[in-house]
Amino acid sequence: MSLAQDARVAVRPATMAQRAVRTWPEINDPAAWVVAIILLVMPLIANGFFLIEIFASTLILGTMALSLMFLAGYGGMVSLMQLTIAGFSAYMVAVFGVSGNANISLGWPWWLAVPMALALATAFGTLGGALAVRTEGIYTIMITLAIGAAFYYFTNQNWAIFNGHTGINTVATPHFWGVNWRADIPFYYVVLAVAALCYFAVEYLSRAPFGLALQGVRDNPRRMAALGFNVNAHRIAAYAFASFVAALAGVLQVWNYRQISPGSVSVGACIDVLIIAVVGGITRPIGPFIGALIFVLLRTFALDFLVRVGLDGNRFRLLIGLGFLAIVFWSSDGVIGLWQRWRQSQRPAANRPGGGRGHG
Amino acid sequence: MSRFVERHPAWALIVIIAVAILLWLIFAVWPPGLEEAVGRKRVFLNAVFNGITLGGLYFLVASGFTLIFGLMRNVNLAHGSLYLFGGYVGYAISTATGSWVLSFIVAFILTALVGVLLQLIVFRRMEGQDLRQTMVTIGLSIVFADLMLWACGGDFYQVQTPNWLIGPVELPLITAIKSSGEPVYLRYPMVRLVIFAASVIIGVAMWLALNRTRIGMIIRAGVDDRDILAATGVRIQLVFVLVFAFGAGLAGMAGVVGGTFQSLSPGEDIRFLLASLVVVIVGGMGSIPGAALGALIIGLAEQLGSVYIPTYAIVVTFLIMVLVLAIRPQGLLARR
Repeated sequence: MSLAQDARVAVRPATMAQRAVRTWPEINDPAAWVVAIILLVMPLIANGFFLIEIFASTLILGTMALSLMFLAGYGGMVSLMQLTIAGFSAYMVAVFGVSGNANISLGWPWWLAVPMALALATAFGTLGGALAVRTEGIYTIMITLAIGAAFYYFTNQNWAIFNGHTGINTVATPHFWGVNWRADIPFYYVVLAVAALCYFAVEYLSRAPFGLALQGVRDNPRRMAALGFNVNAHRIAAYAFASFVAALAGVLQVWNYRQISPGSVSVGACIDVLIIAVVGGITRPIGPFIGALIFVLLRTFALDFLVRVGLDGNRFRLLIGLGFLAIVFWSSDGVIGLWQRWRQSQRPAANRPGGGRGHG
Repeated sequence: MSRFVERHPAWALIVIIAVAILLWLIFAVWPPGLEEAVGRKRVFLNAVFNGITLGGLYFLVASGFTLIFGLMRNVNLAHGSLYLFGGYVGYAISTATGSWVLSFIVAFILTALVGVLLQLIVFRRMEGQDLRQTMVTIGLSIVFADLMLWACGGDFYQVQTPNWLIGPVELPLITAIKSSGEPVYLRYPMVRLVIFAASVIIGVAMWLALNRTRIGMIIRAGVDDRDILAATGVRIQLVFVLVFAFGAGLAGMAGVVGGTFQSLSPGEDIRFLLASLVVVIVGGMGSIPGAALGALIIGLAEQLGSVYIPTYAIVVTFLIMVLVLAIRPQGLLARR
């Protein structure tokens, strides 16, 4: 396997391979430092509403969409069940941990309930992925959508574990070291830390041998199989990693809202995650976060905006749908693609960056 | 069929035994021990009939879906929206004119027109880009769902069943023997039986049209290799438009059927999209007989599940899908 790996890298021009594989692209990018510093001092700038409802929500949704971006962008598998995995993990936190529904919740402390939820949700997502990779390309969407929809109807029907359509309420959030970790500012930092961890993990993985092999599988599965790579094993491993990322986001989400109900895992919400990833751009890990910011801003302010323009304020989803259609029609690479094209049209062709972040 | 028996004798035996048990359960008078263990025979028979008629409805929705997919490789995730649109149109027509049959015709035509527009304006521009087409259908389904919510609100609508179809009909199936020795026959709503018969007729007509006519031959050739078909001089774009219109029209008609024996409300589009996805995954993509078999299996599983294991009914449907994907990923009746 390592032999095949070396052979593949050697095909590339040596300098490009060196630079793309070895360095973190953010280190030399001033914009990335500015964003990082703004995110770190955000609690000084924003008050509780903006901090949690806008920025923490963005980071949580962005992490979910990041897991989809990893699968779709590097693995070529558009999975619509990432929200379902997050929702499953959220339900598991509520079921194993402490909540208002004492007849269902087992009352474990959070440091037991969360690893359990993460493990179960990762297993769930990996199994779903193992099913989905049995067929190719476009079928993946159908199968993962069917899994997501089935989970939604199941949570609605089942009262023994998932408490039917009322869901599980007043889920306990962790308190330790004298800090209430659900208070606005600590929670924001928890979310930021998890999102950053996932972001850099995806970024690292995309340049690690596994990520490169995965991109090879995306571009030409047959050739990769001929080179000795186990195509399906790579795909399932990608599902496992993406499931873990989604499960982390699910834990944060249930702590954020303190409740979980079938409405949070509905088919519409599954599709929202796809919209976020596609609108942001599925070629780079930063795309989902940009998409999530746009989505959350729209969701929060569209009502006021639409009413001010003189339209019915309830047409938020229409706006989202039309925006998504426009992006799919005109830019296959989402907002990032638009930005990049604009940048390239601004500067002469000779000056173009030599693919500093153009992995994949 | 005979080839299947030769190739997989064990599977064939299992299928034959399962069908035999099902037929015995339907036609025989249940011994008292069985009634105690499982419940009344009337409940079981009703569930079976509901399952079969629901399968007929699923077939109407899924056959259009599978036809469009088979020919154009377009996973039309807006198919559920077409279903709901047809249902709303049918409701509007039947309340305005009072004619149930007319509502079917108008729903078919209008939904087919929407299909024509979609194919001409949207999908034709991105031919061969499967993933992008699918994304566009997702966007369209969101837009359609919101537009319909805007126009029709969140209420439940039910299409009025015509007078000549109201009421139960007595079937020659014995559900129980009274203590006086007099047999009790099953009574079942007439309208469901008529709709089931109609969907069987449509299914058979589609099969005949696909296998015995020239246009059917063209469509089958397109499913196998559309590039070569286009190269032989067939106006493939026209065929695409016709097939899309027909598939969309079927979904619209199914909407009226669904509005008659269930109800129409926002969210039904997703339900029927899920149903058609599972049906074509189980039956095999692009195969009409596969859609029929899948619809029957899923309809029966759903109804029997909701009677005997109410809180896990959806899991049964899902497990069937998982089982098929594990054993035969291309679907039960797909050729490849």
